[in-house]
Amino acid sequence: MTTVAPAEAEIQVEEPAAADDAEHDRPWIVIVWNDPINLMTYVTHVFQKLFGYTEAHATRLMLQVHYEGKAVVSSGTREKAELDVSRLHAYGLWATMRQD
Amino acid sequence: MIRKGRRGEIRVELEPEERILLRRVAGELEALLLAEDGDDPSLRRLYPAAHDDDRLEEEFRTLTRAQLDAGRRQALKTLAETSGQDRLSREEADAWLRALNDARLVLGTRLDITEDFDWETLEGHPRAPELAVYAYLSWIQEQLLDALS
Repeated sequence: MTTVAPAEAEIQVEEPAAADDAEHDRPWIVIVWNDPINLMTYVTHVFQKLFGYTEAHATRLMLQVHYEGKAVVSSGTREKAELDVSRLHAYGLWATMRQD
Repeated sequence: MIRKGRRGEIRVELEPEERILLRRVAGELEALLLAEDGDDPSLRRLYPAAHDDDRLEEEFRTLTRAQLDAGRRQALKTLAETSGQDRLSREEADAWLRALNDARLVLGTRLDITEDFDWETLEGHPRAPELAVYAYLSWIQEQLLDALS
């Protein structure tokens, strides 16, 4: 996989004061970033293991990370996204989250 | 080498020197984690930020850091304790994968590994011994993934 730094400008977190119900309901997305160390086969394996994705789907996501620098791998409530990010971190993947 | 046996079991056929190396790698990384040196740049890849926002990141870290460290240390302990075995359960193989990956993340960060690193230049490279360990761990990890698939 190759080195692509996250585009910081893309990550914006709204001020809590601006939060209304619609704001609160917007899902959080989990992003995995490319890095030069994790093996492509390992990244595919982790997507399958953690999210139960088929080998084909996990491979597609891995290739997207590899060639485009990042991929959205899951989404949901803030709690779910934080759980997913922490599980990805436990496997050494470079994962971040933001509200969609 | 590591391969899948006829009944789907994971067979570990490594030389005693390789097993010693794996144990040493696990021990060294465990010592590094226990030192909890927040300024050690080679550890930064083990703890990526989840959030861009400082307050959210602080909350996330408070919630997850202890479990993340406990899981890491457990995987390293399993690698060290089972490094002499000829067979691995799937749980043990999973611990090997995680421990090997953590070791590669630390070593690769220290060595400033890039995607287009030219392995042909290894001979005569000032850091050839560490690069060789990194390449060996990658090779073992790839074989484990193959045996698990």
